[in-house]
Amino acid sequence: MTESILRLTVNGALHTVVTSSHRTLLEVLRKDLDMTGTKHGCDLGECGACTVLVDSKPMLSCITLASQVEGREITTIEGLSDGPFPDELQTAFSELGAAQCGYCTPGMILSSRSLLDTNPDPTTDDINEALAGNLCRCTGYVAIISAVHLAATRTLGRAE
Amino acid sequence: MTSTSVMGGIVRRKEDPSLIQGKGAYVDDVKRTGELAAVFVRSPFAAATITSIDIEAAKAAPGVHAVYTADDVRHLGPNPAQVAVGTLRPLLADGAVKHVGEAVAMVVAENRYLAQDAADLVFVDYEPGEVVVDLKDAFADKVKVHGDASNILLTWHGHGWWEGVIDLPDPSPGIQEAKERDDTVTVSLEMVNQRLLPTAIEPRAVLADWNSGYGSVELWSSSQIPHAVAGAVGVTFGIPSNKVRVVAPEVGGGFGVKLNVYPDEILVCFASKELGRPVRWTETRREAGFASTQGRGWVGTATITGTADGKILGYELEAICDMGAYSHNFTVAVPLLGLFIAGGQYNFPTSYALHCVVTNTQTTDAYRGAGRPEAAYYLERIVDHFAREIGMDPADVRKANYWKPEDFPVQTAIGLTMDSGDYEKNLDALLDRVGYEDLKAKRDAARAEGRLLGLGLSTYVEVCGFGPSALAGLGFSWGAYGLPTAFNGSGVVRVQPDGTCTVTIGTGPSGQGHETTWAQIVSDGLGIAMDNIEVHHGDSVDLPMGIGTFGSRSIAVDGTATFEATARVRKKAAIIAGHLLEAAPEDIQFADGRAHVAGSPDRAVEWGQIAESAYQPHTLPEGVEGGLESSVVFSPPNATWPFGSHMALVEVDPETGDVDLLEYWATDDCGNVINPMIVDGQLHGGIAQGIAQALYEEAIYDDMGNLLTSSMANYTLPVSTSLPLFSLDRTVTPTDVNPLGVKGVGEAGTIGSAQTIVNAVVDAVAHLGVRHIDMPLRPKRVWQAIQDAKE
Repeated sequence: MTESILRLTVNGALHTVVTSSHRTLLEVLRKDLDMTGTKHGCDLGECGACTVLVDSKPMLSCITLASQVEGREITTIEGLSDGPFPDELQTAFSELGAAQCGYCTPGMILSSRSLLDTNPDPTTDDINEALAGNLCRCTGYVAIISAVHLAATRTLGRAE
Repeated sequence: MTSTSVMGGIVRRKEDPSLIQGKGAYVDDVKRTGELAAVFVRSPFAAATITSIDIEAAKAAPGVHAVYTADDVRHLGPNPAQVAVGTLRPLLADGAVKHVGEAVAMVVAENRYLAQDAADLVFVDYEPGEVVVDLKDAFADKVKVHGDASNILLTWHGHGWWEGVIDLPDPSPGIQEAKERDDTVTVSLEMVNQRLLPTAIEPRAVLADWNSGYGSVELWSSSQIPHAVAGAVGVTFGIPSNKVRVVAPEVGGGFGVKLNVYPDEILVCFASKELGRPVRWTETRREAGFASTQGRGWVGTATITGTADGKILGYELEAICDMGAYSHNFTVAVPLLGLFIAGGQYNFPTSYALHCVVTNTQTTDAYRGAGRPEAAYYLERIVDHFAREIGMDPADVRKANYWKPEDFPVQTAIGLTMDSGDYEKNLDALLDRVGYEDLKAKRDAARAEGRLLGLGLSTYVEVCGFGPSALAGLGFSWGAYGLPTAFNGSGVVRVQPDGTCTVTIGTGPSGQGHETTWAQIVSDGLGIAMDNIEVHHGDSVDLPMGIGTFGSRSIAVDGTATFEATARVRKKAAIIAGHLLEAAPEDIQFADGRAHVAGSPDRAVEWGQIAESAYQPHTLPEGVEGGLESSVVFSPPNATWPFGSHMALVEVDPETGDVDLLEYWATDDCGNVINPMIVDGQLHGGIAQGIAQALYEEAIYDDMGNLLTSSMANYTLPVSTSLPLFSLDRTVTPTDVNPLGVKGVGEAGTIGSAQTIVNAVVDAVAHLGVRHIDMPLRPKRVWQAIQDAKE
């Protein structure tokens, strides 16, 4: 297997990784960088559990080669909170029971983050559309959608 | 419960701060030094004789440590965690394969890539045989799956289900008499309750590390039943249970698919023992389709006989239930669970015949609801159909046949006892909330304009909270086939020397929030803050016995064990606090992290002071032993019987057959509620899975036994745009079979929902002549039904 040297910017920090050229971003994150917050559900780009942000846009890390994202800003769930302070979405997910088994949660939160970054005041339809690539088997999406609304409301400083 | 109770209040989940940061450690997040990776070679045939297996090229491939076949593991026997009915599944296929995907060989290599490359070099010679997939063909024994044995493993009959213990008269002659009366109507529908893939988002994963020094093994497994897995590993390798540690860390969804002891769990232990290295196997998504169990798969005919005033005089269900190729943990018990709610919430004679039949497909086993969604589906579809045929409102027909509150305790159609229920009150609560009469008017007005609106109702009763130890005598307990477990609940409550509390429970949660709910029970009992209570679960060394999480059982059984253990700790703590405060123990009250004398809140000691004394026995009163903990094993006197009423409003597109689910309402009754957010979350997820069965999901096999829906791209799971926001409400009818008055809620939503949708869609098109459409109600099927009715 050919090895290559990759320079990846993950959560603001530059990592230099010597790894097999065929490795996906998901594998590099989990195996080379020991950042296991990003989950694998299908390895086929079907479930969304592996979603990370690349230059603020959601991307399926299981079908993205790590070498494709050199030089770009990669954000994983580990990088979303500001030190001990959780992101508004993380807080809202916790308050409303939007995580059950937690396996889809990192990807779900990152897709939601990308939505709110581009559309700070989404309708329910907007949220449904933005999360349609992230499968959840536990919640029926009800609490997740409510949590995204709640986070948006707080970010905008509106009354809850 | 104290007045400042955290019970029933809004309490955030203790699990979430970890999960929302991606810090939850699932099996694939646990690492061991020197891990090897396993990959399985799987059969491409649904029925074949294996004439030879050539593993030489694979063994010589780079990085390969071992290639195992049946010859290597035959001495371990078959997987011990199988109900001994029919043919047992060997750990690796032994001379024959019975379904596509059956594991034939295991390759262990330095990493997964090398293992997969080598697996492709294993050459298996198959002699393909005849395949049977169709349930009716299998029932007719047209092709036999296992040698000369009939495909019919057994038939569960309602009145005779527990031979020699419950002996009820056969209701069939009475039902036949009713059919022959001039004033009765008999209606019948043949319906399919299709195969489903449970589909947890986390695939199954296992990691074994055998320690040859201690002769012990540690196994991490994404399992709902770590203790049962430990039992099976111990039995297989002939080592005692205290040498086996099975850990189910965070589990990314279960829904029944992780409620089995799988051959791979045993095989990675074997490989680790042989090779002296930790061995990991992680299921691929495609393997999840044929290496893990599936659910449902019934074809049945439901029949109702009744009079024009809505009084039902008999209900009959005969169904062929697909077991798949082998009988696993609960495979043949799944129809039995359906039988347990035979007759549902109704007072009428009920006759059941459920045939458990093998086919050349992957094994079925429990999937959320396990037999009860199927039973509720047939019953509530045919009750609805009967109402339509006699021209009565479906709600009125149901009410005319309910058990009344004063009838309880009720002996069910198969001789079990339902302790409590108030079905009419529950249904009325739903009808009032949705504005039933207005909804019907809205539907009728739309229909007058040519729009196809439909209103669907289902009510249900479920049986859960297993279970009474007496059921072990039926073979319903794993204990009956050699595993060191039985159905009961375990809880250990320990106050630490610093006054914080550690709780250890015998459940195996996969997202149900047990750490939170159990902490609420303990916090309420001891007055210790939620933040100072840690709840441990899913580790077989923590407790001698734990049954795990399934069958909506955890809170009613293990929750009660913890409740009782809490009461015992409180009793002892009151003696110690009374000694410290020079007061009588019965005058001691607990709140806000301390104990005080009733009526004198200032005469108080902190929990830390009580615990400090408990762990320094010389400070204790005469005759009181050191320590402050209690361990309780609880066996409930009965199962629990939640119930509920669901309604859906749909609109069918007459041009395309597309179903738009506009509204969904549910009013459920799971007894007392400890954490409303968690209970609602369970209902949301359960309802979503029932709706998904009604509208989207189906495990499809071709005639050769190939699963055509083995990826998420072609097995249509609902996405966020597929579902409406559900509107929930509840009635509260506590059970008296446990002191918490709780019944369980994990499966209720699924049991109530699939037929609610089908009833709604049929209602939307019934005036066109449609009487039934089989699930999933994809546009083509609905459109076709409309076309067929026109002819």
